[in-house]
Amino acid sequence: MTTPDSTPAEAADVGDAAAVPAGDGGGDDAPRSLVRDLLGKAWVRAFLALVIILVIGCVFNAGGTFFRWSAHRDMLRQSSVYGILACGMTMVIITGGIDLGVGSVLAAVGVPYSLLMMTYGGSAVWVVPLCLCIGTVCGVWNGFLIGRFRFQAFIATLAMMTFARGFAKYISGGRKVMNASYNPDGTFVYNTTFPEFTEWLNSRVLGNNLAVVTIIMLSCMFVTYLVLGKLTWGRYIYSVGGNEEAARLSGVPVLTTKMLAYGMSGLFCAVAGICQAAQEYQGDPEAGTGYELTAIGMVVIGGTSLAGGRGAIGLTLIGVLTMGYLEKILSLNAVQESSRLMLTAAIIVIAVLFQSSRRK
Amino acid sequence: MSDTLVKMTGVGKSFSGVSVLRNVNFTLQAGEVHVLAGENGAGKSTLIKILSGVHNEFTGTMEVFGKAVRFASPLEASRTGISVIHQEMSLIPQMDVVDNIFLGRELRHRPWRVDRAAQERETRRLLARLGLDINLRKPVEEYPMPVRQRIEIAKALAFEARVFIMDEPTSAIPEADVARLFDIIRQLRREGFGIVYISHKMEEIYTIADRITVLRNGEWVGTAAATDMPERDLVKRMVGRELDSRFPPRLGTVGTEPRLAVRNFSLRDPDNGDRRLVRDVSFTVNRGEIVGISGLQGSGNSELLNALFGSYGSLATGTVELDGTVISPPAPGKSIAAGLALLTNDRKASGLVPDASIVNNISLASLRRMSSRSWVNAKKEMEAAERQRRSLRIRLRSLGQPIATLSGGNQQKTLLGRWLETGPKVLLLDEPTRGVDVGAKFEIYDLMNQLTAAGLAIVLITSELPELLAMADRILVMHRGGITAEFSRENATQENIVHAAMGA
Repeated sequence: MTTPDSTPAEAADVGDAAAVPAGDGGGDDAPRSLVRDLLGKAWVRAFLALVIILVIGCVFNAGGTFFRWSAHRDMLRQSSVYGILACGMTMVIITGGIDLGVGSVLAAVGVPYSLLMMTYGGSAVWVVPLCLCIGTVCGVWNGFLIGRFRFQAFIATLAMMTFARGFAKYISGGRKVMNASYNPDGTFVYNTTFPEFTEWLNSRVLGNNLAVVTIIMLSCMFVTYLVLGKLTWGRYIYSVGGNEEAARLSGVPVLTTKMLAYGMSGLFCAVAGICQAAQEYQGDPEAGTGYELTAIGMVVIGGTSLAGGRGAIGLTLIGVLTMGYLEKILSLNAVQESSRLMLTAAIIVIAVLFQSSRRK
Repeated sequence: MSDTLVKMTGVGKSFSGVSVLRNVNFTLQAGEVHVLAGENGAGKSTLIKILSGVHNEFTGTMEVFGKAVRFASPLEASRTGISVIHQEMSLIPQMDVVDNIFLGRELRHRPWRVDRAAQERETRRLLARLGLDINLRKPVEEYPMPVRQRIEIAKALAFEARVFIMDEPTSAIPEADVARLFDIIRQLRREGFGIVYISHKMEEIYTIADRITVLRNGEWVGTAAATDMPERDLVKRMVGRELDSRFPPRLGTVGTEPRLAVRNFSLRDPDNGDRRLVRDVSFTVNRGEIVGISGLQGSGNSELLNALFGSYGSLATGTVELDGTVISPPAPGKSIAAGLALLTNDRKASGLVPDASIVNNISLASLRRMSSRSWVNAKKEMEAAERQRRSLRIRLRSLGQPIATLSGGNQQKTLLGRWLETGPKVLLLDEPTRGVDVGAKFEIYDLMNQLTAAGLAIVLITSELPELLAMADRILVMHRGGITAEFSRENATQENIVHAAMGA
């Protein structure tokens, strides 16, 4: 029988070598120079952007401040809350969605945390799990609306953004929850001792060289890495973002996957909310306004595609560092906030342009 | 007629140093249908992209209407008179017919005022030429595919195209409308237009072609009048070797015990609960048997396959038995666990996870088996992928490359690998060779033989009747949601299948 079995490899090779560039997929199959090959990788491009920012930092080093470890340590601490939010955002964006509610949920967790810990003197043993639950429930609810009722992620999380902000204001009575004891006549005394757990969150470890919140951010990233890279759920997240129908027909539990992704995002919001409240020593119902955009920016600068199905937490880490260093360098050089905002915007545009230019 | 519309001489093209087209000659006369034939990846699309201005860096020369040209953009090509009738239609679904046809080159009274009346008159005239009398104010999404295709052709006419490039134009429309499309193509030919036609379907090529140019591996293999290049010769040139026939002999013996038994199976229309897309269908498929389900588009055969697999959830009612065990209620996850597998008819829309690697695409449907307590066992996963790569002979650079970078045939084989990895008892194949080149088609047929020999049962849907006749042991014909006829392999012919499919 003359079948393709018996054919020499030549016919096969031929078909394939020509096949790829001819299709729309582009010449990914073609042998290339090393540089081009490397530039084709998302993480290399993301890393290059970071390196450029670092070079700028070395040039404008604010009288050598940039070369001290404390500058880097503080940059990491200042970026940590955003970085924690970006973990959940990465998962959600890979499913092809978006989570606009992260800033508000952060406040909706930070306020009860401060209230329970400081005003009511609660123990971290039950306050922290409770707070984590609040965040997770918010996220799971988003995932449920999006997965079960086919809400657009934008709308469902926009509603959560509004609701959670309202919730934070409701339980705080619209005021910042501070570490104070109130007297019956309405006067209050500001306390200077804070709950142990809050103080611990605010401390540094490893010989004063790394903030606890930074460790927490890295832990969150590690958890995200495990979920995305090692668990079946990670595969499901990528496949739902890449082709939801194909995933469904392959037996992937699409609804559960979405609830998981948004639920994890909610969980990380809660972690970020607790960290933020601890850092500020108060529960501010206005906290986290605009954080969602920073978190999205970090994910996108890293190279995770807003179209879904493509991305990684490692990329997000690079994105976090890029944005963090940018902020730090601008503030070290005492650039005014107005200019800083405009420059940040410019850098985001350039970075994303750089990310997308070679993809095509 | 010897009016040359297009003359491409010694055309070559390479991507990042890899040449995909070398020294190709191609001419198109006025009033001819010139078929471009070749396996996937032979360079047909590249040639067409050069002609239509998508690729503007190439070697060699191109003359259009007697003038040497090098289009800067697709827009320039279409302004010059070269129009592509896309596989994926280029109409904007929400806009009405008139606006679609004049999009980007509106007729105006004044620079800022569109002359609706003139546009409507012109549209009506163009559509009348194509035998279409429809409401011009309706959004095009409300019209079925064949009508949209004709609107697309009208749009090209409005652009004063003289060259039409049609890339598998029949893949998007039901079989019953193909004849109508061919009438239009013949009419265009009579009126002196030139048509470049790409197709993988032999029957089509010989129905419509005046001349055939064969490309293989980026090289020009030959051009001849269709009458001078019989099918056997054409296939030989395309694959570069002799294929005894397009189909392997059907091997293996059909068993007696049923693997799949379907009884009183119905499916309600998701868009209209009162209508049923499938009505009270009952049939069995035995061990080692390939049962073909034929039917025109809309007959419900594809819907039946999807509903059996559980794609429609509880809209489907009836009993499905696998090896004597009833499976219910229908849901993809449960069907997979029970031993059903479905290769859908639309790779892009419901098969590929394009950015994911070949490994991940293969493992997707059987990930549970390759993991313990949700932790993926990467080694098992890689072994599975390697196993499927070897047994299906998927040609690839690395198992880690995104599946989107494979050719159509290899993508299809990878998806087959995904389903075979689930260890199915019954394979539901919906157009398994669509958009797959001749060589890979043969391999897929071969695989079907091997699988049935190993005891699997296969339900096959294909719109290519020769394929159905060659591969199916038994053929059921559906019409309006019900099974209207059944033919054994011996007494099935194209004529009586088509007859039954039309409800006669």
